[in-house]
Amino acid sequence: MKLYCLSGHPTLPCNVLKFKSTTIMLDCGLDMTSTLNFLPLPLVQSPRLSSLPGWSLKDGNAFLDKELKECSGHVFVDSVPEFCLPETELIDLSTVDVILISNYHCMMALPYITEHTGFTGTVYATEPTVQIGRLLMEELVNFIERVPKAQSASLWKNKDIQRLLPSPLKDAVEVSTWRRCYTMQEVNSALSKIQLVGYSQKIELFGAVQVTPLSSGYALGSSNWIIQSHYEKVSYVSGSSLLTTHPQPMDQASLKNSDVLILTGLTQIPTANPDGMVGEFCSNLALTVRNGGNVLVPCYPSGVIYDLLECLYQYIDSAGLSSIPFYFISPVANSSLEFSQIFAEWLCHNKQTKVYLPEPPFPHAELIQTNKLKHYPSIHGDFSNDFRQPCVVFTGHPSLRFGDVVHFMELWGKSSLNTVIFTEPDFSYLEALAPYQPLAMKCIYCPIDTRLNFIQVSKLLKEVQPLHVVCPEQYTQPPPAQSHRMDLMVDCQPPAMSYRRAEVLALPFKRRYEKIEIMPELADSLVPMEIKPGISLATVSAVLHTKDNKHVLQPPPRPAQPTGGKKRKRASDDIPDCKVLKPLLSGSIPVDQFVQTLEKHGFSDIKVEDTAKGHIVLLQEAETLIQIEEDSTHIICDDDEVLRVRLRDLVLKFLQKF
Amino acid sequence: MDPECARLLPALCAVLADPRQPVADDTCLEKLLDWFKAVTDAGSSLLLLQENPCLVELLFHVRKPQDLSSRILSFALRLAGTFAAQEDCFQYLQQGELLPGLFGEQGPLGAAAWVAPTVRSGWIQGLRSLAQHPSALLFLADSGAVDTIFSLQGDPSLFVASAAGQLLVHILDLAMRGPAEGRGPAEGRGRLQARDWPACARRIVCHLEDCLCSEAAPRVTQALHVLTTAFGHCHGLWTQGLWVQLSPLVARLLEKDPVPAPHALVELLLSVARSSVLSSDPGLWETVAQTLSHLSPMQAGPLAAGILKLQDCPQALRIQAFGVLLRPLACVLEAAAQAPGTPGLLEGAAGDQMAVDTLPPSKSVCVGLLCSTLAHLELLQPLPQRPSPWPQAPLLAAAVTILRFCNGSAAPSSELGGHLCAMLVGCVRVQRAALDFLGVLSQGLGPRELVTQVFAVLLEYLVSPDSSPTVLKKAFQATLRWLLGSAVPPSCCDLEPHAQLVLRELLAVLQKRLCSPCWEVRDSGLEFLTQMTRHWGGQATFRQALLASEVPKLASQLLQDPESYVRASAVAAAGQLSSRGLHAAPSSPEHPAGPQTPLEELLLVLTTDSEGFPRRAAMRVFTEWLRDGHVAVAEDRERFVARVLQAASGDLDWEVRVQGLELALVFLQQLLGACGPGAAPPCALAQALRALCRVQLFEFAFRSLFDCDRPVAQKSCDLLLFLRAKAAPSGSPQEAGESPDVAPVEAALRRWRAGEQGQPLGELAPEAILAVLRSLDLEALRDTLAESSDHVERSPQSLLQDMLATVGVLGDNEADCY
Repeated sequence: MKLYCLSGHPTLPCNVLKFKSTTIMLDCGLDMTSTLNFLPLPLVQSPRLSSLPGWSLKDGNAFLDKELKECSGHVFVDSVPEFCLPETELIDLSTVDVILISNYHCMMALPYITEHTGFTGTVYATEPTVQIGRLLMEELVNFIERVPKAQSASLWKNKDIQRLLPSPLKDAVEVSTWRRCYTMQEVNSALSKIQLVGYSQKIELFGAVQVTPLSSGYALGSSNWIIQSHYEKVSYVSGSSLLTTHPQPMDQASLKNSDVLILTGLTQIPTANPDGMVGEFCSNLALTVRNGGNVLVPCYPSGVIYDLLECLYQYIDSAGLSSIPFYFISPVANSSLEFSQIFAEWLCHNKQTKVYLPEPPFPHAELIQTNKLKHYPSIHGDFSNDFRQPCVVFTGHPSLRFGDVVHFMELWGKSSLNTVIFTEPDFSYLEALAPYQPLAMKCIYCPIDTRLNFIQVSKLLKEVQPLHVVCPEQYTQPPPAQSHRMDLMVDCQPPAMSYRRAEVLALPFKRRYEKIEIMPELADSLVPMEIKPGISLATVSAVLHTKDNKHVLQPPPRPAQPTGGKKRKRASDDIPDCKVLKPLLSGSIPVDQFVQTLEKHGFSDIKVEDTAKGHIVLLQEAETLIQIEEDSTHIICDDDEVLRVRLRDLVLKFLQKF
Repeated sequence: MDPECARLLPALCAVLADPRQPVADDTCLEKLLDWFKAVTDAGSSLLLLQENPCLVELLFHVRKPQDLSSRILSFALRLAGTFAAQEDCFQYLQQGELLPGLFGEQGPLGAAAWVAPTVRSGWIQGLRSLAQHPSALLFLADSGAVDTIFSLQGDPSLFVASAAGQLLVHILDLAMRGPAEGRGPAEGRGRLQARDWPACARRIVCHLEDCLCSEAAPRVTQALHVLTTAFGHCHGLWTQGLWVQLSPLVARLLEKDPVPAPHALVELLLSVARSSVLSSDPGLWETVAQTLSHLSPMQAGPLAAGILKLQDCPQALRIQAFGVLLRPLACVLEAAAQAPGTPGLLEGAAGDQMAVDTLPPSKSVCVGLLCSTLAHLELLQPLPQRPSPWPQAPLLAAAVTILRFCNGSAAPSSELGGHLCAMLVGCVRVQRAALDFLGVLSQGLGPRELVTQVFAVLLEYLVSPDSSPTVLKKAFQATLRWLLGSAVPPSCCDLEPHAQLVLRELLAVLQKRLCSPCWEVRDSGLEFLTQMTRHWGGQATFRQALLASEVPKLASQLLQDPESYVRASAVAAAGQLSSRGLHAAPSSPEHPAGPQTPLEELLLVLTTDSEGFPRRAAMRVFTEWLRDGHVAVAEDRERFVARVLQAASGDLDWEVRVQGLELALVFLQQLLGACGPGAAPPCALAQALRALCRVQLFEFAFRSLFDCDRPVAQKSCDLLLFLRAKAAPSGSPQEAGESPDVAPVEAALRRWRAGEQGQPLGELAPEAILAVLRSLDLEALRDTLAESSDHVERSPQSLLQDMLATVGVLGDNEADCY
């Protein structure tokens, strides 16, 4: 059993598991932090961004000035943003049989895998995962395609040149694998390969293993996966949450008794408690708006935004903010808000019960009805007519490199009355803000990451007790910035095995059993004999038939009847010869009694010697030696076949036959 | 006993003795016992029994094996004990062999009823009452009761077990007191020798000795508990002898590993150390010192703290105890130290090994140890006998370090530090304890850089979004204490320069906290603001900083908070800010037509808020404003009082009405107080009365006299009595002869008394008011109101009638609780 680790990002995993005869890809996350090295794509012509000076080497060589621009001491690539793909060279991805998706954030690299690697298998995911994943991809494609950029920079990626660049470009890894965004056509094609599954549904893969998605409590339709054969169980825990937010709670019990538990997708901000962060978010929002400032919340179009809107729904009246407009701007804003209301069966219990009243499960429906929350596909069109300040705007993309957020950063960045509040934990907010410096706008960092923290992980592992834990290397040591925080790492016994990008792990466990079925007529013919209380044995002669990874014992064909004079040998007659079977023996020989029996039968001058493995009975007169060991008995005599047979029969008296 | 009760008693006894008529309510039986206790305390029990033979019959009846409820049985045992407390009555009951039947082997002791803990408890309490005289001692010895008491010490019911221990102490005291008191003073001084102790006492002491030597920890615990009670409650000289006899056995417990029953041992040693008779024993201090060094830090903490609270004990022991108490904190400092050898809390004692030994590896134990250590030190800090020199600076450093461990901002380099950090991070219990302790330490200040660190860590907690609401509240409290502590002495209202720096950051934090979605946080923030304004509202730096911030505006907006507690705190803050002229301009964008002044705002709260808390808070603010002469009040005091009283008088919340009367009283005192004590001069009085009439104070006060809530009526009574006292000499009968027309007033009062509230009083002449005041028997009314509301129903006669009535109609009125 092997694990091929294709991604180095612990929360955007992409691993391939070889288990029995199957090759299973676990998630295909897309690392988008690479986009932070690029200049933002402004929706509206930005004089500031378009007039940035080109970057030149220390010696004044300016051959890169078309590709690289300098902004407030940082250097950015002036090109269409590119993403860091999972490893494609470590394993032939066309051999992947299935891809299991655990949540919509972990499928963003899917088109790269399914469309460009010769992949011919099936992708499994839950319905909300697919629908919301589609929205995320659609938004991404839309954000990038609506700002066409003629230029594509590639010179800087040359290894010799990259070395000369300033940080962080100099240290960017795997730049050669960075790719531009896929197209909508590729997205549609990739998504057409997905087969929808429900929680706890058992899916057979080639008869060899069974995979089952379990609720993971992190997002709508998010799942952990169980991959099991008859005698082995591997659990794949990806983004999971134990907090009471909108999704169905996490199913922990089904993870018990795993041989291996692959643990990914823990919280990226282990020191920040989501509840405290939500409080911080609300307080800062209220403070800004009360002072007449605007609030910008860069976010994804689905996920935590539902919870934030719910908190605000409860908070705005108490904070006297009822008259402040909330805008949600995304090409998929409308679909996201509406999809969230129709996946009732994937929601937590409280929200499910609302559906029966009937009421919309999320209160943002009411915010929309009362005109407190308005949503628009983009800043163009209706929004510009309705726009009123001070206001709160939720929009993407959280990297601040593309999407409508770029416009708001340019618009509001100059006033200290305004605030940008970062809630998504995927990007370093300082890096995200770098191309907007100098910035007068206030910046608040309240990352809300509801995924498991280390305390919860340690409780979970105690509860489900896997034999082995495998996790990204980042989880096996405290974060570099807080090296004394021994509590911020996975603590389990035996210590977790760690992996890093482009590593192949041999999982520390061997398969020892295989299940074989016996055909009923064959089973009928068996005559078990009890050799110990509770243990019966029977000999069986059969043909082992293996097809689709299922093994069946079938009755042996009858010996071919001689048919007339025809003696022609056909291929189908070439069956194993069924000899008359000798009985099998079992039991042990009590030496004292055996010696007595020998004496009774006329042997004398018997000597018994103890050896390391058993005994040797010497019949000195007959010059014969009987060697009795735990699993064998030898009679050694000189060509006296009669004596040997006599002795053999005496030995057999002490043994059971069947 | 009054005749009516005596008449009811036989019927009641019959009911009690009848198993078919169970008494539903336990409290009746308790009340009945209380009553009998009072009767026997006041007179002869013997006479009582002779006059009421039904009582003895009841006791005899109970002895028979039958299906009596365990509660009745328990009651009877206690009743018998109450009667037998008097020796003559004891003899009387003995004649009938009643007592052995109740308390001896033939009684419930051997019967099925004994299974019920309440019966066992009744048996013990009966004996406890009975054991008051030498005859009782003999009885106890003969009846074998002492053995039963020994076994009941291990009873599964904790109440029974504890009562058994106390009974043993009581018997011991009774037995020992007799002979010791019988001797002359000279003999008494030279203690009674063990061999001279009465047999009963010797048996108990033998039993205690056995227990102390036992291998079973529960038995050791029992013995230690008994001794603790004995030395804590009995102060006879005999206790000295007992201690001399048993202290070697107690000391021997320390030789065992682990020490059995450490908590009980600590309790015992503290009890002995506190006893004036025993604390002169030098052996005691030796044992205590050994105990301190033998027990684990968790176990020794309470002993060390107890020793340090003693007024008088050897200095060496105090030093040792303080060392034990400080050790966990010394270890924390050690664990946090960047370099070894940093001066710690305990000179020379700190070291890695000690730290490993002291701080338990388990999180819950370690947290418990730190919390209890901090709590002990917090209690010790203000005491005059606290250790001196008090290590203020290292303690401050320890508190700051713990708080840094708890919020993850400490960066220890040692392995122990890392372990401690992992245990304490995010631990709310330790955070609360450390913040409380830090607050207490503000009394002593400390080196400048440490104080800077204190403010820094407090700010960290106030800023951190991860601070839980309770931690935040404590952080606010501690901050306030430190700010108060750092006031410059001569002017006492100027903040130190560094505190002024902190102030700006504090206001920024406060601004954010007042916008928190969590109401507890908004509430604590407002309370903090109120307190700060109270102390520094007059100080220029504070005023400038506050006015430059959003805080006053936010505080004023919280008057509309959905949570009533927050609104109440916002009212208090608004009142305080307004008193200091620091309030925000009240008009808000949402309510442009809203009230314009703080007074109008608070009046709006008083008249329209649906919850009581904000309205009460508004009344408190108004009273304070009136008392302090707030600008808005001073403009037109009468109009202010009239408006407030009008709103308060109609309020549904009685506390608001009481507050209204309080405000009226302040107003009255201001009108008449200048005249000095005693009666007011007639012209001043007349003027005052006219003013009172204008604000319609009398309508409110007279109505309140008949308020259905007693405190309102009492307050009104006090108010009118005050006024009458001021008016008395001028209101002579002759003047009253001019007879103002008081009939309409008296008619209105009568109707109010009858419960008709609608009738208004109408215009009143000051003379009429004086006449009415004189005609009312306010003293009698006050006395009636001073009686508790159930004074009529509490008589024994009523109790007996109730019990009889309840039994008669049992089952029909189960739902009728009150």
